[in-house]
Amino acid sequence: MGLDQILALLQTALELGLISSLTVLALFLSYSMLNVCDLSTDGCFTLGAVVGAAVAISGHPYLSIPAAMLAGVASGFITAILQTKMGVNSLLAGIIVNTGLYSVNIAIMGGSSILNMNKADTVFTAVKSALARINMSEQYKLVVAAAAVVIIAVLLGLFLKTRLGLAIRATGDNPDMVRSSSINPVFTTIIGLCVANSFTALSGCLLAQAQKSVNIDIGGGMVTIALASLLIGNVFLGKKKMPLRIAGMVLGAFVFRLVYTIALRFNMPAFMLKLVSSVIVVAAISIPYIKQQLPLIKRRLESRKREGNANA
Amino acid sequence: MLKIDNITKSFSVGTETRRALDGVSLNVKKGDFITIIGANGAGKSTLFNAIAGSFITDSGTISLDGRDITLMSEYKRAHSIGRLFQDPMRGSAPGMTIEENLALAAGSGKWLSRVSKRDRELFREKVSMLGMGLEDRFDQSVGGLSGGQRQALTLIMATINPPKLLLLDEHTAALDPGAAEKILRVTDSIIREHNLTCLMITHNMQSALELGNRTIMMDKGKIVMDVSGDERAALTVNDLLLRFREISGKALDNDRMLLI
Repeated sequence: MGLDQILALLQTALELGLISSLTVLALFLSYSMLNVCDLSTDGCFTLGAVVGAAVAISGHPYLSIPAAMLAGVASGFITAILQTKMGVNSLLAGIIVNTGLYSVNIAIMGGSSILNMNKADTVFTAVKSALARINMSEQYKLVVAAAAVVIIAVLLGLFLKTRLGLAIRATGDNPDMVRSSSINPVFTTIIGLCVANSFTALSGCLLAQAQKSVNIDIGGGMVTIALASLLIGNVFLGKKKMPLRIAGMVLGAFVFRLVYTIALRFNMPAFMLKLVSSVIVVAAISIPYIKQQLPLIKRRLESRKREGNANA
Repeated sequence: MLKIDNITKSFSVGTETRRALDGVSLNVKKGDFITIIGANGAGKSTLFNAIAGSFITDSGTISLDGRDITLMSEYKRAHSIGRLFQDPMRGSAPGMTIEENLALAAGSGKWLSRVSKRDRELFREKVSMLGMGLEDRFDQSVGGLSGGQRQALTLIMATINPPKLLLLDEHTAALDPGAAEKILRVTDSIIREHNLTCLMITHNMQSALELGNRTIMMDKGKIVMDVSGDERAALTVNDLLLRFREISGKALDNDRMLLI
């Protein structure tokens, strides 16, 4: 494998990592900050992809971005209302919205399960023709994805320092304390999920436009993939201050994609992606837990052995 | 100031319904510092929950400063009511820094405002009053503090905007004696400084009589004794125990009751 190939591989991993890191940032907000496991992520990712594609195809490449994000806000709002105002368990709320979104997404695609953007102008094609002038048209995906991630990451970092951002962080940490600060945790949960889902939808929108097509399965398993990236990011920078933790999320997404891309090179079939992400999530969550239990397990085994010896 | 009129609250446990508050009425004047005693299950914390809005009472009314708050939700009441629990972990967010916790509690400014230099100076001034050196650890997360330090921080958070009413629910009971003593001293000085109206539940009979200007005793969801002024000044811990036996018809045999 030549240097060119390695660079091309890295670039692909970086592009896909950056695009999916937006979903990781969404989970960073909902899962790590609000302590809500938002299972509507898959459907919302597809929603962003589908809305973005439909708007782009109708001839508004730039409008596709805010349109997708707004759709994400709406989806997050419904998930949040279900769990805060209508007594639906938060996991169930996500699953219900996810299921409902399947129909919504197909409806937006006009009853078909695939939309093709080969002839449509997208944010990517616009940037590609702009970059052609400085001979960098090969990097257009990277430029768009990097710009989106930098903007979102910086905004998120600033947002989490504001009073509202602090309140959202405290909601996952200690909702009692939020209430005693005269802030309604229902309100912070709603805002948090709306913002998070706008990131998820943006992520889907960009992926669809980068690959010039969208199908109904584009978001399948995104929640696990993003969670795996988030947990990888936590390993590197989870204990640091907020700006570094956010950078860690992007890094995690990149590392996940890199490992996956390399595995593909070693002939791992592409359909293994989801199993790999599941295993990573289980490992990242369980290993610290089992490590914690290990001394007790050891003591139990030793005591059993001693008993066995005594009986013998 | 605080006017509680004949409130009741029942909880069902299995098929049984227990009356946790059974027609409690209480009139608290501005600047009152009332200590509350009673055995476990007497309804002391339930009374605080009712006042703070953790639940809505079944009947009766509660008004604060002339405003009816009977049906108001907890977070809205928190504008005027500060509260500390026995559990020092309940009042602060462990994953956030001392400064971030204070910023949320201070709650000044708009939703998108950030901690200003002036806020930081105010926080520093308030926290240094504790004499625990926390003012030099503003960037550390609260999860790393000891129980006493966290409760001290919670006290500052609850009073950084002096509330109309401060509810202290055995807020020193889970701390070691040294820390408890210190927190109690700081509490007393904050209450004096801002002339706060305060209700304090305590299991310490001595502090029940020493602190504040009025003492009430609860039993079975009712207020069974209410003393202030000269009558209270003449009371000893022993008198309190006798009064309790007289009123409830049983000895105050709770081992958590501290006699000294």
